[in-house]
Amino acid sequence: MDLSILLILLQDGIVNGAVYALVALCLVLVFAVTRIILIPQGEFVSFAALTYAVLDTGVAPASLYLLCGLGAAAFLRSCWTRRGSELLWLALETLILPAIVTLITIWLAPLHLGVAVQAILAIAITAPLAPYLYRLAYQPLAEASVLVLLIASVGAHLALGGIGLLVFGPEGSRGPAFTSAIFHLGDQTISGQSLWIVALTAASLTGLYLFFEFTLLGAALRATAVNRLGARLVGIRTSQSGLIAFTLAGLLGALSGVLIAPLTTIYYDGGFLIGLKGFVAAIIGALASTPIAVVAALGVGVVESFSSFWASAFKEVIVFTLIIPVLLWRSLRHQTTEDEE
Amino acid sequence: MIRFWPVLVIIAAFGLPWLPGLPLFWVTLGNEIGIAAIVATGLVILTGIGGMTSFAQASFMGFGAYATAILSTRYGVSPWLGLPAALLASGIAALAIGAITLRLRAHYLALGTLAWSVSLYYLFGTLDLVGRNDGISSIPPLQLAGVKFVDVRQSFTLIALALLASLWASRNLLDSRWGRAIRALRGGSVAAASFGVNIAAARMLAFVYAAVLAGLAGWLFAHLQRAVNPTPFGLNASIEYLLMTVIGGAAQLPGALLGAGLVVIVNDRLQDWLPLLLGHAGNFEVIVFGLLLVLVLQFAPSGLWPLIARRTAATRHTIGTIALPKRATPAPGPALEVSGLRKRFGGLVAVADLTFSLSAREIIGLIGPNGAGKSTSFNLLTGVTKPDAGTVRLAGRDVTGLSAPAMARLGVARSFQHVKLAASMSVIENVVLGAHLRGNASPIAGVFRQDRAEEAALFGEAMRQLERVGLAELADRPATSLALGQQRIVEIARALCLDPSLLLLDEPAAGLRHAEKQALAELLRKLAAEGMAILLVEHDMEFVMNLAARLVVMDFGTRIAEGPPAEVRRNPAVIEAYLGSAA
Amino acid sequence: MSLLEIDNLSIGYSGIEAVRSVSLRVEAGEIATVIGPNGAGKTTLLGAIMGILPSTGSIRLNGESLTGTDIEHRVERGMSLVAESRELFTTMTVAENLRLGGFRLRAQGQAALQRGMDENYALFPRLAERRTQLAGTLSGGERQMLAMARALMARPRLLMLDEPSLGLAPLIVRDIFRTVAALRASGVAILLVEQNARAALAISDHAVVLEMGRITLAGKSADLAANPRIVEMYLGAGR
Repeated sequence: MDLSILLILLQDGIVNGAVYALVALCLVLVFAVTRIILIPQGEFVSFAALTYAVLDTGVAPASLYLLCGLGAAAFLRSCWTRRGSELLWLALETLILPAIVTLITIWLAPLHLGVAVQAILAIAITAPLAPYLYRLAYQPLAEASVLVLLIASVGAHLALGGIGLLVFGPEGSRGPAFTSAIFHLGDQTISGQSLWIVALTAASLTGLYLFFEFTLLGAALRATAVNRLGARLVGIRTSQSGLIAFTLAGLLGALSGVLIAPLTTIYYDGGFLIGLKGFVAAIIGALASTPIAVVAALGVGVVESFSSFWASAFKEVIVFTLIIPVLLWRSLRHQTTEDEE
Repeated sequence: MIRFWPVLVIIAAFGLPWLPGLPLFWVTLGNEIGIAAIVATGLVILTGIGGMTSFAQASFMGFGAYATAILSTRYGVSPWLGLPAALLASGIAALAIGAITLRLRAHYLALGTLAWSVSLYYLFGTLDLVGRNDGISSIPPLQLAGVKFVDVRQSFTLIALALLASLWASRNLLDSRWGRAIRALRGGSVAAASFGVNIAAARMLAFVYAAVLAGLAGWLFAHLQRAVNPTPFGLNASIEYLLMTVIGGAAQLPGALLGAGLVVIVNDRLQDWLPLLLGHAGNFEVIVFGLLLVLVLQFAPSGLWPLIARRTAATRHTIGTIALPKRATPAPGPALEVSGLRKRFGGLVAVADLTFSLSAREIIGLIGPNGAGKSTSFNLLTGVTKPDAGTVRLAGRDVTGLSAPAMARLGVARSFQHVKLAASMSVIENVVLGAHLRGNASPIAGVFRQDRAEEAALFGEAMRQLERVGLAELADRPATSLALGQQRIVEIARALCLDPSLLLLDEPAAGLRHAEKQALAELLRKLAAEGMAILLVEHDMEFVMNLAARLVVMDFGTRIAEGPPAEVRRNPAVIEAYLGSAA
Repeated sequence: MSLLEIDNLSIGYSGIEAVRSVSLRVEAGEIATVIGPNGAGKTTLLGAIMGILPSTGSIRLNGESLTGTDIEHRVERGMSLVAESRELFTTMTVAENLRLGGFRLRAQGQAALQRGMDENYALFPRLAERRTQLAGTLSGGERQMLAMARALMARPRLLMLDEPSLGLAPLIVRDIFRTVAALRASGVAILLVEQNARAALAISDHAVVLEMGRITLAGKSADLAANPRIVEMYLGAGR
């Protein structure tokens, strides 16, 4: 292997790793705030990618049904515990918002307004699925153990996977690149799309950092993560924090989907593997540290790209078996005497 | 009724498939249910009862299936010899995977098994040995006396018998010495360890046992389907097995069959209906299963079986009359000597240079305000926590830093400030856990019922201790249905089952009524007179002052006073520790 | 109408009734205290008033019934609890802890928040010195100060303190109690739960004695301080 192949593999790894980093970040964020291990994060990625690809054909995507349907279900699931003004907000979030997004999409889709509009629409259609999912699947289980929440997550993943097949069909598709520009750096070529991915990932990370460090709401989310009872005692509603965390996860998941859509053909269930890779990184950061998770995600991307070169058949085996020594190392460092839940 | 059900099932196993007019299709479905129920039975023991969630059961089924498939297709080995090979393959795989994964707890363990599941799926699909994604076909069918099990009706009998054997073995295991250890893992592993149970071994036992059952199912699957490939051993299949256990009722054996039945039948119907309803083919049933899993967790977290069946009557235990051998009565002299004991948690010194001693036949009280370090001291003395400095001597022998099971072996028994009884077990089953070290039957002896004499003796001992503390008539009640005060007394009976020479009780009188307190005081005096050394942590001053010969008073982790109660009560330092100084 | 009115409050869990029909009143601008030995149910009582534990009976704040409402609602209505375990945000700085303490008043803007922080730094100068330090690295006494300051940031009408002296050295206990006494002047009503009976009785107006989940004595603090039963109750001298 010569240097140029090495650099190509490295570049490939970093670009994929950037997308895994966004996923890992969401997993860490959601786990810290809600104790939920968000297995369905991968579905947001593939749904956004496929929606983006469909929009490129000038057709309103079937995922609009999913948006409206899940919104309505979330409305019904949440409404019997609420009254008055809260109900109005709930309806705005779960009924009016999907309706508006649907109308705008139907209006704009045939106009072929370009990748930027399509990307924004794809994100607007996919991102709200996350808070709806929270209301439907997790909020009623708020007091359950991490393990029960994990099993619920697996259930949600299973259901969303099937729905994905129903909505998008079994065929894969690939979205349009943001740019067809190609840069030359010595012998190396760097695609414009790669730069977009790295830049948007970096921008998202910076945005999140600013949100968490400098806004009261961001601090409230961190507080929920650190000490749930403490947060409640100063008046922070943990369910509200959960909704915000899920909304962020939906936004970033959808963004990762739009970013990765031009790189590879995505199938309805392809998000799961992307999610799991983000997950390996999140675990390396112990589901707690974002900087470690981001670095680890880049590492996962690089390991994956190198193992696909040397031992392509064992690519997935290598990536997923990575998690075991990491989990072990974690468990050795945190000796607990607590009982099983 | 309970007595006859195996007979009924055996008759059903042979007769049912030949029932006139029964469509073959239902028999096929029954076969699927049976194989799934065997895997789910293992999961009930592992997850529902042992508290360890596994997303890898289908992978273990794969080890069994591939083992027999390779042996019978490449080496012409008889499918019947493939059975031990399959069980061995899945058991060894579980042993290896468990060795590096079982250290993980709760959700980390679940994630670990999930990663294994995905990895192994890709491994099965990549290795030439197991035929990559195409798998292995033309697996020979099972044959017995010239009859080939190729017909679904014959297969039904075989599967039903295998399921029956699995349920029987599982019930036996749960009703044995090691089964109780597994049942105590959930919510009671600290307590179990304090009575000498090797927690890591109990966890491994449950993990390997569940995998072996999955291997059995894999063996059946390979020879009845006569072809294997990675798909039925993937993550989705593992999730379905977990779904079966969650739906059926994860903590009961019948729940496995109920869950398997529901999931397989619903799956079959959905595969017919959904494509019609939705207009195209595809495995849309996962949508329903995913929703079902979430809804069951939300609305029936303990599954459907408890909603159908009323609580099954407590298992009858034979109460033996043969007494267990007892420890030699300790010689008079210092039973426990503590000197310079110290423990820090981060920046906080919880125990600082604690020194005191306790003789056989003596009762002393350890008292002090909240946060004085009493419970930490208790954990240091029983091996739950390791001290940073200082020594603990037991009858003259240095035992500093020994583990909780090791302390139990040396005759140290305890009760807990926050009662630790296994909720799924009856009073007497909790108590008999205290006698874990006084038996030595292996799990295999338990599965094959070769432990009955020992079990009767252990239960006899437990009953004697329950009589001693006055709770014999509540022996078969679920432990957590008792009032909290009575649960504390159950903990004392459990401690006595260890045949201890040193008894440490953490707030034994809390929640007791006046008469119950007097009975307890009477019992403790008697135990001391028989040669036991007793250390009490107690908030009820009246109780402890009337009972203890000496009091050790702690504040800020250190001993501030020691002496007879009357003296301690007048000690200004003690009064200040309790009432505070005026601001 | 008293600020806090509690009638027939009972709290049971794990099959035992930890607190049995307790009634008590806290007037605006006064300090009331609940004293009693370990395990009497004092912490449980505060947990129920704050909505952490379910209870039966009636809890009214300023005449409004709080039955069945959650913790966050009670915070909105002007209750603050400094829990026995402090419940600080240990991996966040002192300043961030305080800022979050003012979460209830977030609509009032940055200036109001800053004013609140300045007031609390003035009340607890030690916290001002440590404002950029992580809460988890503070000493026991500083943690107690931070927990109190965080609770005060919400400008509560009723401040509940659970064992503020727990695990603290005598000199620091004296400081904490001086601060509590000074708070009365600012108009906030205080419900203090203490094992340190002497200090609690010295600074409070009214007191009740909780034993085995029941109120066994009630009256003016000065009267209770002179009652010889108190020593007996703590050290169990023959009953």
